[in-house]
Amino acid sequence: MAKFIIRRLLLLIPILLGLSVLIFLFIRLLPGDPASTILGERATPENIIRVREALGLDRPLHEQYFAYLGGILQGDLGKSFLTNRDVVDDFLQRFPATIELTVTAMTFALALGIPLGMLTAKRRGSWIDNGGTILSLLGISIPIFFLGLMLKWLFAIQWPILPDSGRIDLITYFFPRVTNMMTVDALIAGDWGGFVDALRHLILPGIALGTIPLAIIMRITRASVVDVLNEDYVRTAHAKGLKEGTVDSRHVLRNAMLPVVTVIGLQTGLLLGGAILTETIFGWGGVGKWMYDAVVANDYQIIQSGVLLLAFIFVMVNLLVDISYAFLNPRIRYS
Amino acid sequence: MTQASAAVDARHDEERAVGLWADAFRRMRRSKAAIIGGTIVGFFVLMAVFAPFLAPYDPTRGNLAESYLPPFTGDHLFGTNVQGQDVLSRIIFGARLTLGIAVLSVSIGVTVGGILGATAGYFRGWVDALIMRGVDIMLSIPGLLFAIAVVTWLGRGVVQIAIAIAIINIPIFARLLRGSLLSLREADYVIAARSVGVGGAGLLVQHMLPNAIGPLIVQATLALATAVVDAAALGFLGLGPPDPRTPEWGTMLSDTYRYLNDAVYLAFFPGIAIVLSVLGFNLLGDGMREALDPKLRR
Repeated sequence: MAKFIIRRLLLLIPILLGLSVLIFLFIRLLPGDPASTILGERATPENIIRVREALGLDRPLHEQYFAYLGGILQGDLGKSFLTNRDVVDDFLQRFPATIELTVTAMTFALALGIPLGMLTAKRRGSWIDNGGTILSLLGISIPIFFLGLMLKWLFAIQWPILPDSGRIDLITYFFPRVTNMMTVDALIAGDWGGFVDALRHLILPGIALGTIPLAIIMRITRASVVDVLNEDYVRTAHAKGLKEGTVDSRHVLRNAMLPVVTVIGLQTGLLLGGAILTETIFGWGGVGKWMYDAVVANDYQIIQSGVLLLAFIFVMVNLLVDISYAFLNPRIRYS
Repeated sequence: MTQASAAVDARHDEERAVGLWADAFRRMRRSKAAIIGGTIVGFFVLMAVFAPFLAPYDPTRGNLAESYLPPFTGDHLFGTNVQGQDVLSRIIFGARLTLGIAVLSVSIGVTVGGILGATAGYFRGWVDALIMRGVDIMLSIPGLLFAIAVVTWLGRGVVQIAIAIAIINIPIFARLLRGSLLSLREADYVIAARSVGVGGAGLLVQHMLPNAIGPLIVQATLALATAVVDAAALGFLGLGPPDPRTPEWGTMLSDTYRYLNDAVYLAFFPGIAIVLSVLGFNLLGDGMREALDPKLRR
């Protein structure tokens, strides 16, 4: 197992290096003069000099790259050209909100997707199965931003039972920010009302972001359970008189979960991209909204570093998924 | 004799290829998913092609005296937007742009990705290693994020959006084709062709590619679905076509989400157009996969 993890970690090095080169070139190779492109309408001679200095544009490209790489290794990803704030600080301050949202979305997707996939697989060919297939197809085909808008209109405007934006009712609930995850902070402060309010704010964006993974997890679970149901060991388990529920939980689900684990890793990339849309619609103060604002303001430094940080997180999550996959499936470890 | 057997081999291959496609087509006609998906896609393609004849109004011309007309009343079936532009006409013309971007981006993705994948799978060795590490790096950036970065880099515009979405697709197609070619190298008929002296480009183009193309077509159809969503997402985020009069489905949604309270139809109709077209491509792709999957052939 240790060997497997080390090998996977070594494989990461070229990918991360390549990623840093690609993203380094993003600003340096901007069409035209990078400094004036970056500044656009804000390009005064002083500003241009400031950006040139910040980027070290007068030095040779390879020197610039090594300076950039050195900065990354020390946790320095530059400053926003607009606010002059440290990009990593901004990112770390907002990232917990995005974690809270993506974890909610993933929980929603798993909590519904696995049982529904199991159910449709066991009732193959029935109307439940057909209905489930249609629902999962719709779930895959509906864009996050459209679903988000419709949810917001339906449950926050037309029938206002849930908040339409934000992370908490700031006027009613106030507690110290420790982790910057509202639900966790409310619990730490023992503010029960605040916790419930934070949860209510999570429902609509969580569903909007979680629907595509839900549909995909449901599909994969169904396909995978159908495969396992045909295995000899399942027939044996039935033949020796095990209860239906025992067979399902001990034999079917446990073996059918392997492909689902892989999908969870792949979906993380989708969730991180989708967070930009979801957070924009629901005014959620996470990394996605931050990136959106940077795009609107043409703040290239934030776009550049944000992409690098999110890609890094995506790569890391996939590494963890691979490791847990190898942990669950001994056949992978030794191949 | 070598030539003769190669010719026999080639003819035999050709027969089988025709057989596969005829069979796939026959199976597709029996697949409900493929028929429904194909019908939906056909509907949108016709809409895009005949947009000038179908649209009741000029999609770019506004009339402020007629802004915010509700749907299903008067002369505007889907109502009008802030500028008084006809929503139905904008959706019909929007099909041109959205489908155009989708087709252009997937074509670029298939071509560039296909060439990279074929090169990697055919030459192997360090060429393969180099290309595939590049592919890994591209895949490590979440798709929509990559597209956003590319559009901010290239500047706003229809071609730029298509390139941005194509870049998400390139690594997927490169991986797919390389994988197929690697497994085909061991196929009996490829070994047979090589043993009778077929080599180089001939082997790749005549024997291997025709057999690797099925999964590529399926993936391309599914990629069209993703491309429609991504193009609309970029439009929604304000990275759509630079001219605000250009009808684009995602931009139409983003125009309206500030007025959600009183004019939800402005978001509803373009949203439904996106969902339906994406559903169509997904169904068609699924149907094609079933039809082309040799494991499912009977």
